[in-house]
Amino acid sequence: MSITLARRRVIPGFGLTMGFTLLYMGLIFLVPVGAFLLYTTTMSWETFWHAITQRQVVASYKLSFGASLVGATINLVFGALLAWVLVRYRFPGKRLVDALVDLPFALPTAVAGIALVTLYASTGWVGRYFELFGLRVAYTQLGVVVALTYIGLPFVVRTVQPVLEDLEAEWEEASASLGADRFTTIRRVIFPALFPALLTGFALAFARALGEYGSVVFISGNLPFRTEITPLLIVAKAEQYDYHGAAAIGTVMLVVAFAMLLVINGLQWWTSRRHG
Amino acid sequence: MNTFNQATRDGRDAGAPAVVDDGDLARRWQRATDEPAWLKAVLITTALIFVGLFLVLPLSVVLYGAFERGLAAWFEAVRDPDALSAIRLTLLIVAIVVPLNTVFGVAAAWAIAKFEFPGKPVLISLIDMPFAISPVVVGLIFVILFGSQGWLGPWLAAHDLRIIFAAPGIVIVIAFGTLPFIARELIPLMQQQGKEEEEASLTLGAGGLKTFWYVTLPNIKWGLIYGVILCNARAMGEFGAVAVVSGRIRGETNTVPLHIEVLYNEYMFTAAFAVSSLLTGLALVTIAIKSIIEWQDERQKRRAAA
Repeated sequence: MSITLARRRVIPGFGLTMGFTLLYMGLIFLVPVGAFLLYTTTMSWETFWHAITQRQVVASYKLSFGASLVGATINLVFGALLAWVLVRYRFPGKRLVDALVDLPFALPTAVAGIALVTLYASTGWVGRYFELFGLRVAYTQLGVVVALTYIGLPFVVRTVQPVLEDLEAEWEEASASLGADRFTTIRRVIFPALFPALLTGFALAFARALGEYGSVVFISGNLPFRTEITPLLIVAKAEQYDYHGAAAIGTVMLVVAFAMLLVINGLQWWTSRRHG
Repeated sequence: MNTFNQATRDGRDAGAPAVVDDGDLARRWQRATDEPAWLKAVLITTALIFVGLFLVLPLSVVLYGAFERGLAAWFEAVRDPDALSAIRLTLLIVAIVVPLNTVFGVAAAWAIAKFEFPGKPVLISLIDMPFAISPVVVGLIFVILFGSQGWLGPWLAAHDLRIIFAAPGIVIVIAFGTLPFIARELIPLMQQQGKEEEEASLTLGAGGLKTFWYVTLPNIKWGLIYGVILCNARAMGEFGAVAVVSGRIRGETNTVPLHIEVLYNEYMFTAAFAVSSLLTGLALVTIAIKSIIEWQDERQKRRAAA
């Protein structure tokens, strides 16, 4: 005990760094978020309830939720595949592909937005082929899914990749030598080991997609009841000085974001416990 | 040997393991712990198509659009007075935000990695919080606090202070949105490195600052560099939050991403992509630096293992 106490005194700067950390976080976001929630509580319950249950708003929840779910699911499948291919196989350009996975994280969302709409418009490089099958991507709900898939792409890959890299070859060898064929080994040995990481990546991609604005607004076309996502409604209401309406919907989004953060923290704790 | 035979599906050699030659054995062993070549090819191709559709093509379309009309058109778009003023404003904002978030990141990582205190997991989760909040909501929070119809609006107006629809508001929302990036890079790095080296330096008589400069900083150098560059790229590219607080006053409160939006909405596609190519270049530099740091790390680990 005396040793740990003595050790603790050796390194200086706890008061200073902790003080600055809390002061900065407090000023930049804790106090503003608190004040914002306080502002929402000054509304009457009827005003609040009316603002968050308008038909146009409910339609936007359905789109935001549904498209984020579809996007995250696409990323779950293809992200897992991409992580598998990057960790297990060798092919030319592998390093380049690995580096590119971070693009949605580094490229500004507005740039991604205009790139995606140009690409998937009915005259675009990709959109024209969808057009052949009578499918429209830009300015439809499918376009929203495309944008939300793009924005969530890094998450599943980057959560699954390290777990897959650390997976001991002995497990698979043991499974094989006990008579399991490859498919059984993947299903019964590899998949369970990856499961918490897959779920974490899915939740991260979903959470990111729910709040996304920049990459969606160009490709979605923003038609009320059809392709209007919830963040767009907030911008529209704020621009019309309807602060009550905007704050009410913003509070719903904030609460959902906190809930997702809790879920993700729980999943990460589960991953590290299973993994470590 | 018996276990090998159980692993073969045809069981052809079940009774006579002694005559199995090495090549055959290796093949069957591979069949049980690896995928057949055709399946690998299918999986790799599928993954590459996905990467092509969602990453390579968007990137190509920006660069193609930017230079489609030649270098002269690109220069013209980038040197347009509105574009220049957007670039200047963006540079001014990152010059304020990035140093602030760097100091925050280093301070938070130092406090979290070098000391034990109650509530540490809560603090780490709180640092992640801005990342989870929609950029649009971030903008809204400050409009409601400082906007003309907001809580402090009348007081600010009486004192002739402008935060919303002006540069200070943009600085605050970008600082909010990019707050976690450097801290998130440094916290795991410094936790992993522990505190023995710092303790050695301090017991040998070096001061706190000297220890940080000569012991800690060299250890976290690459993580810090990547964190700063990522924070910079995200700060320059922040869109949703800035769209809410900037008011989009041309030549005054338009940042580069907002200028891109204006150009796109006015059907000036070449100019929009030309200005976009600047931020795209920055994004590519960011991921290139990340890759270089990772390769160095890998090489070091391999050397340490050998």
